[in-house]
Amino acid sequence: MCGIAGLFLKNRALEPRLGELLTKMTSTLCERGPDSAGFAIYGVGQDSKTKLTIAGPKAGYDIEAAVKRLKREVAPDATSFVRYSHAVITVDEKDVPKVEAWLEENLPEVNIVSAGQRLEIFKEVGYPDDVAKYFDIAKMSGSHGISHTRMATESAVTTNGSHPFSTGTDQCLVHNGSLSNHASLRRTLRKDGIKIKTENDSEVAAGYLTRQMRDGQTLGEALKSGLDDLDGFFTFVVGTESGFGVIRDPIACKPAVMAETDDYVAFASEYKSLTGLPGIETAKVWEPKPATPYFWERD
Amino acid sequence: MPNFDLAKTPVRELNAALHRLSPSTNETLWTVSNPCGEHSIAVGVDADITINIHGNAGYFCGGMNKNATIVVEGSAGQGVGENMMSGLIHVKGDASQSAGATGRGGRLIVDGNASARCGISMKGIDIIVKGDIGHLSAFMGQNGRLVVFGEAGEALGDSLYEARLYVRGPVASLGADCIQKEMRDEHKSELIELLKSTGDAFKVDVSEFKRYGSARKLYNFNIDNAGAY
Repeated sequence: MCGIAGLFLKNRALEPRLGELLTKMTSTLCERGPDSAGFAIYGVGQDSKTKLTIAGPKAGYDIEAAVKRLKREVAPDATSFVRYSHAVITVDEKDVPKVEAWLEENLPEVNIVSAGQRLEIFKEVGYPDDVAKYFDIAKMSGSHGISHTRMATESAVTTNGSHPFSTGTDQCLVHNGSLSNHASLRRTLRKDGIKIKTENDSEVAAGYLTRQMRDGQTLGEALKSGLDDLDGFFTFVVGTESGFGVIRDPIACKPAVMAETDDYVAFASEYKSLTGLPGIETAKVWEPKPATPYFWERD
Repeated sequence: MPNFDLAKTPVRELNAALHRLSPSTNETLWTVSNPCGEHSIAVGVDADITINIHGNAGYFCGGMNKNATIVVEGSAGQGVGENMMSGLIHVKGDASQSAGATGRGGRLIVDGNASARCGISMKGIDIIVKGDIGHLSAFMGQNGRLVVFGEAGEALGDSLYEARLYVRGPVASLGADCIQKEMRDEHKSELIELLKSTGDAFKVDVSEFKRYGSARKLYNFNIDNAGAY
């Protein structure tokens, strides 16, 4: 099963409500994925600064202590805050490799959940409504966001095995489905310099898109290439710093419904997730066609 | 006139109440409020009653329906009217994929669009969609009629048996063994009869429809194809 919700705001006046709307959408998808949940939020960013969202192997890990040590030993100028089991550390863009290397060396159990100027990802094991509450997602604002409720199939139920996955700066992906060629593709991508941290099939899809975009493709082109290179069934929703994309496999066995108004583009696994959105009564509602990339960019 | 508010009562209680009805019940008008995309609303009903659902239904709404008239004042999720035997299901909005799947009888009307696999493995149901239908519709359709006012997606009627397909708009592609067939007078009369049941007989020009059916080449094993297996 699994459930996906995504919201891309066109009307900036709605940005303060992004977290609230995304939380409501996700709440209707709890039974599709009761194992874990995650939220990717594109909020405010600063030029030449990178936000690193980090988390321990599971909730209860002392992330505050990790942040203190990190600031003391490698990033004295960093600013940070803790949100439940995750911490967001803002550092100079040029210091990111140094911080990453330090973490790998000194706190290998800490995972960098996401890195980007605007992206923050919060994900945890638990019932999606509870996860949203722990992180207080409803209070967050931003331009676009993606959430996922997971019913695990291909790998274990852990914090790091939860969606969304981020394998590139300001990039994230959620997946409903399963991939059959993830093992071989993971090896190829690692050889090509893409960092893939888990045994999860969806992270491979995220890594694949990161490589395609690194090598010059646009988000739309990368999604299209995925149709040839990813074997299995999938509905993907992906986010970049300025964009939001959707693609389904050629059979389109996993559900997807979209809505668009002058104010937003919304994606959900089921129509019921869309019913709380403002102006949904008059929105254009459709099911995305198989093997067809859809994407939107912010001005 | 029983009314079930699904914001307060679980869908199982609604369905259990519907299943308790005897064929001669005089509780013939039911309303369901706040469906909010709940799955399996009014599944397995076997009584000559009318059920009005005020809002959007989730998966399998009206599945296996016998005799009842079910009206969805909104959209329906996957598999609306799947395996229905008789009666009528009328979706005022859009229907998601696999609408009317394996339906054996009765009539399913969708005022909006139906998505992928509409009428997959249909076995006698009549499906009338006033908008478009998605890919792989009427896949392995064995019997019944599928009428589409708008367009059809890829691979219409793949591996079709004897279901008859009438599509007014363009068809993206035909599936294996599905061909366009001549629209003779008998087919026009058949279509007019079907459209009378939805009140569209005089609003829609039946000569604008094209008929699709099975080329019947996949019915029997062909030794020339042995190499393909």
